[in-house]
Amino acid sequence: MAAIQGGFLANLGRIYALYTGTFIGFTIFIGVLELLGVPNRVLGYLFIFLTLGVYALIGWLARTAEVNEYYVAGRAVPAFYNGMATGADWMSAASFIGMAGSLYFGGYGGLAFVLGWTGGYVLVSILMAPYLRKFGQFTVPDFFSARYGGNLARALAVVVLITASFTYVVAQIVGVGIITARFLDIPFQLACFVGLLGILLCSMLGGMKAVTWTQVAQYIILIIAYLIPVVVLSAKVTGVPIPQIMYGQALEKIEALEKTFGVAQPYVSAFTNAKGEYSPTAMWNFFALILCLMVGTASLPHILMRYFTTPSVKQARDSVAWSLFFIFLLYFTAPAYAAFAKLEVYQHVIGQPIASLPAWVSSWGSIGLVGACDGANAAQTFALCKGVTGNGDGILQLSEFRLHTDAVVLATPEIAGLPYVISGLVAAGGLAAALSTADGLLLAIANALSHDIYYKMIDPNADTKRRLVISRILLGLVALVAAYVAGTLGADILFLVSWAFSMAAAGLFAGLVLGIWWKRAGDAAGVWGIIVGFGLCMFFLIATEFYGPWVKQSLSWMGDINIVKIRGRDVAYIWGINNISVGIFGIPAAFIAMLVAGWVTKPASAEMQDFIDSIRVPAGSVRNAEAAH
Amino acid sequence: MAESKLTASQQAAYWEKTKRLMLVILAAWFFFSFVIHFWAPQLNQIRIIGFPLGYYMAAQGSLIAFVLMCVWNAKSQDRIDHEFGVQDE
Repeated sequence: MAAIQGGFLANLGRIYALYTGTFIGFTIFIGVLELLGVPNRVLGYLFIFLTLGVYALIGWLARTAEVNEYYVAGRAVPAFYNGMATGADWMSAASFIGMAGSLYFGGYGGLAFVLGWTGGYVLVSILMAPYLRKFGQFTVPDFFSARYGGNLARALAVVVLITASFTYVVAQIVGVGIITARFLDIPFQLACFVGLLGILLCSMLGGMKAVTWTQVAQYIILIIAYLIPVVVLSAKVTGVPIPQIMYGQALEKIEALEKTFGVAQPYVSAFTNAKGEYSPTAMWNFFALILCLMVGTASLPHILMRYFTTPSVKQARDSVAWSLFFIFLLYFTAPAYAAFAKLEVYQHVIGQPIASLPAWVSSWGSIGLVGACDGANAAQTFALCKGVTGNGDGILQLSEFRLHTDAVVLATPEIAGLPYVISGLVAAGGLAAALSTADGLLLAIANALSHDIYYKMIDPNADTKRRLVISRILLGLVALVAAYVAGTLGADILFLVSWAFSMAAAGLFAGLVLGIWWKRAGDAAGVWGIIVGFGLCMFFLIATEFYGPWVKQSLSWMGDINIVKIRGRDVAYIWGINNISVGIFGIPAAFIAMLVAGWVTKPASAEMQDFIDSIRVPAGSVRNAEAAH
Repeated sequence: MAESKLTASQQAAYWEKTKRLMLVILAAWFFFSFVIHFWAPQLNQIRIIGFPLGYYMAAQGSLIAFVLMCVWNAKSQDRIDHEFGVQDE
């Protein structure tokens, strides 16, 4: 096995180049099938099942019985490939499916996601990744335990990890469900479980090792699938296949069309309200969201644990740069995707007679993601048309066209009249994005339960075999629960994901940063940082989301509180801040709590300070890692 | 690898340099994450190949800066590591 493993690692470049070539060949083959008249449904099945099959195969080939391979992929993942794997781990259904959609609707406001989901890597790079790699254990709670005096800190970190990761993974399974339901033509709940099978096949047997090599494969598919439709659109609209440069032209055309449609809030205008006036609240929301997403990036355990897998500290640092580069490739394309999609809708959908609308309107309409709401009884055909009154003139006006955020990326190839093979490709990419993130998250949760709770806190004498069996069982159970919640909830992907970022940011960021950068911080500081930061964040989240009227009544001393009707509830916005950015209360609270607790209690012991000195330097061994016990 | 413990003063000097690098990049990060976007409405008056500049900075300009910052940190920190002989490969 060792020889094969060595052979695999030595030939990574050749293996993945061959894989990429095969995938492109396969896509062309499906394109030929389409020309020969094979029905779209079959093409969709081929894309979804063949890619799922490949992931399962990799997962099976990478099965392992070694703890080091199961938890940290044997610490043998070179910086470049860890960058790709992190890219796939990072870019979720929210990035792939949701982001261009929120740019499509939000214009400049949507760019908060583009900024927030990239800039955080600078923090990972300068503040933590190299030091966590040097620390060299298995999980993020391991660090909290070693640094802040043992099991209490470990348990608190596990609570934050599980709350944030579970919220996040539910959103991913919703994404898998949307894609599978549309392209396999099966009900959404069932689709969630089909997707789940794909997730488990990847991660069950090989843990981190399997997830890593599957994620590299998934990155390649998702980036190809994201770039191709935009490149084709750009060539079609502007004649030049470089969408990232050419969409400036699309933006200009959109602005011209907005004037003819009488749109009040221009697409590219920064910090404006619905009337198109400058709005400070819009600006503060923009910055609050950026901060939460960036700090959340640097706190989410499924991302941080990827930097435990590189062979050295230097490679951990290099790998952060590669990660951000691979993520950047998709993120700087997303605004182009949104702009071309919007232009396509403005030019070729709006103003068309209802009778001659293309087939995609009804196929996406039937699963409630598109609505053409002209006639009086449109709501019977299109669930999205509920509450929209059309003028019944037989023409589709801008105000009568409804498109779900999550449908923008998936439906644009059809909207633009591109061949169906591209739609299938995009579906495969979206699936890769959602599955890869779900894999990473489930593994983070299962590892926290099996390694941190079971092995470290309940049964420290458990042998390797038992630990891995328990880990696999827990992985399956958590996945089942997540799929069940996703299937019944079916919530909006983007807001769930944003919450997960706020939770992780408020709970873990201060403890990680000050744990490395402030030697004085003792056990109490770490413990109180999590309790206050995470506690406050969860309090505000639950209170504003579910008890909006109570917040307005009881917390009015805090300042402006208004109630916004959203997601079918009365949600309270404190100081006009949308509650997806609830981390802005928790993050500073965690720092203040740590500083206060750090100064009033006695400083960390000399052994602890020596331990910190040793993880600050790449070379040498980690000293006193067990000082806490 | 051989155990190469730095003396206390070497450790302090090493960390001082590392910290300074961190703070400089942190400042750059703050500028490209927040400061520049305060002026997005004004920057939007300027257009470059169709892009309003404020929009461009949030959609592409700052992102390029972030990637460069990560590369910058990896390269500079590596140089500091070599200077003190504490690189790990």
